[in-house]
Amino acid sequence: MQRLRTILSITAVRLSIVYTLVFGFVAVVIVLYMTGATANLLRRQIRESINIEMVQLDRIYAQSGINGLIRQLERRAAAPGANLYVIAAPTGSIIAGNVDEIETEVLGRIGWTFRPFEYSRFSADGQSRHAAVARVSELPNGMRILVGRDLGEPEKFRSLVARALILSIGAMLLVGLLTWVLVGRRALKRVELVSQSTNRILSGERHVRLPVTGSGDEFDRLSSGLNSMLDRIGLLDEGLRQVSDNIAHDLKTPLTRLRNKADAAMIASGANQQQALQEIIADTDQIIRTFNALLMISRVESGSSAAELSSEDFSAIILDVAELYEPVAEEEGFVFETSIEPGLKVRGNRELLAQAVSNLADNAIKYGRSDNNLARISFTLGREGEHAVLSIADAGPGIPAQDRQKVTERFARLEQSRSRPGNGLGLSLVAAVAQLHSGMLEFADNEPGLKAILRIPLEKKIRGAGE
Amino acid sequence: MRILIIEDDREAAAYLSRALQESGHGPDHAADGEAGLHMARNARYDVLIVDRMLPKLDGLSVLKALRADGNETPALILSALGQVDDRVEGLRSGGDDYLAKPYAFTELLARIEVLARRRRPEDAETVVRVGDLELDRLAHSVKRGGTNILLQPREYRLLEYLMRNAGKVVTRTMLLEEVWDYHFDPQTNVIDVHISRLRSKIDRDFGEPLLQTVRGAGYMLRNPMPA
Repeated sequence: MQRLRTILSITAVRLSIVYTLVFGFVAVVIVLYMTGATANLLRRQIRESINIEMVQLDRIYAQSGINGLIRQLERRAAAPGANLYVIAAPTGSIIAGNVDEIETEVLGRIGWTFRPFEYSRFSADGQSRHAAVARVSELPNGMRILVGRDLGEPEKFRSLVARALILSIGAMLLVGLLTWVLVGRRALKRVELVSQSTNRILSGERHVRLPVTGSGDEFDRLSSGLNSMLDRIGLLDEGLRQVSDNIAHDLKTPLTRLRNKADAAMIASGANQQQALQEIIADTDQIIRTFNALLMISRVESGSSAAELSSEDFSAIILDVAELYEPVAEEEGFVFETSIEPGLKVRGNRELLAQAVSNLADNAIKYGRSDNNLARISFTLGREGEHAVLSIADAGPGIPAQDRQKVTERFARLEQSRSRPGNGLGLSLVAAVAQLHSGMLEFADNEPGLKAILRIPLEKKIRGAGE
Repeated sequence: MRILIIEDDREAAAYLSRALQESGHGPDHAADGEAGLHMARNARYDVLIVDRMLPKLDGLSVLKALRADGNETPALILSALGQVDDRVEGLRSGGDDYLAKPYAFTELLARIEVLARRRRPEDAETVVRVGDLELDRLAHSVKRGGTNILLQPREYRLLEYLMRNAGKVVTRTMLLEEVWDYHFDPQTNVIDVHISRLRSKIDRDFGEPLLQTVRGAGYMLRNPMPA
């Protein structure tokens, strides 16, 4: 019972049952229609041939009188498989013909009797009862002639049709049953294989993939679709693991340092202890900042701040950040230049854009210096097609072309920057903010130095807003 | 100052109470939103410190209820959620300031002291004085000892904020929030350099320095010889 329910729950099986039922129904309708049509045709033929015979017999009677008619009838009646012929007296008693006995009311009514009536005829196999239809006509002298047709043949035809019907429905049921068993069981087996693989994957065998037979059927397509999904998840998983490894690694160093300082603070005294505790607080703040930055990046990447985008003056945002950084840059010995096209509007989040630009400015101040070149930082904002393009250029060592992709990954820090303070998250956030704004962050060679380029789509002007 | 702390984390609340007491304030503590609302309604406080996530009634609902009563006690919202939109939501619900956990106590202290006097009427005065330093809000002019000092617009806003909160510690984060309207931490010490520029304009050529650095906390503008 349980097994039956399982089989019935398979789509293929349900489909074959439905198909079998529909085809069976259609077959029955077709057969019934054809039987009906054929029977009609037969009846018409019978009627026509009887009518023709009646006309012939009338003519014979007109030519050779009653005796000629009787002779003719006797001759016809003797032919094998013949029609029914009767000549009867006006009283209804049979005078001649090949019929022994007939329902009297048939002979009593002039014209057609379509209702099959019973009669018995003389034949070699003794007297047997048959069904027939007949037409009766009256001769001028009051005698009656009956011409009829035995219905044995149509009966035979009907049983033939019935047998064909039963046979074909039987065959159809058989085929349906076979499809059911074959397709259903096959589907069951494939599903079984898929769920086995799924269970293995769930139990930790991450490399397992769903079976693909190569037949290209829907199971194969489904399996390979799921397989590429698994591949993608695997890749993301790998990335995630790398990030958490990096987090663990990057936090272990400051936490170890923190612990050492706490140890030292415990044995220190007076001003030294104060100093040590202050350093501990500063280190803790740095760790918290790293966590906040991580949270912020994943929040921006997930796009949950997207709802906060509004129409913002990008030029004003850049101007503010430039103004915030100018004193520091000059203090640090940079020549600080700005060239900012005013009035560039974007759909964005002021806070996030400002933070992204401030991260780029931080980087320029931290890394944009080299011994050979004049220390110089320039902010340039202009319009390029449908984008506002900000480039922040320095004259430092730059980023080698092969590393430019890597620097936006979380915790990615290039060799030469490892010794400097920083958490390796600044550019990840810039990239995430660029993406949130449907823009992009790219790096170019400033010859010498680095040019960080942030492209943010300009806000589309609303028609009728005017300028 | 009388301060009400509505915070369900008992350890954090105990630490905060002790630290506030040591700073010369009188803290009360409520451990859930309903108790907090009840206490805030039945006593006068100078500042409320409200945790955002609270049992029974969350912090934002407490504030909304108080504001609906017409209670305008300044409130600082504490929250583990530090993003811009959380902050905006917090301020919309009736909070006056928003501080993300974890925070430094100096930061919190600086903020509640500034909050407590935020609504005082002298804020509306057009001329603010600290010692011989004078800032005229109408004329947008600054004088020290009668000498005109020319400031950039941002320097003016920086000084105005410092003067408005003269005698109180103002942290770098507060300056970034109030003067630049940024709620993130730049990696570089941008604020320090702006302060040192301002200092060179208002202090360098005049005897007593007014703009002090408070170690481990921030800055303070102070009259060294109160009248």
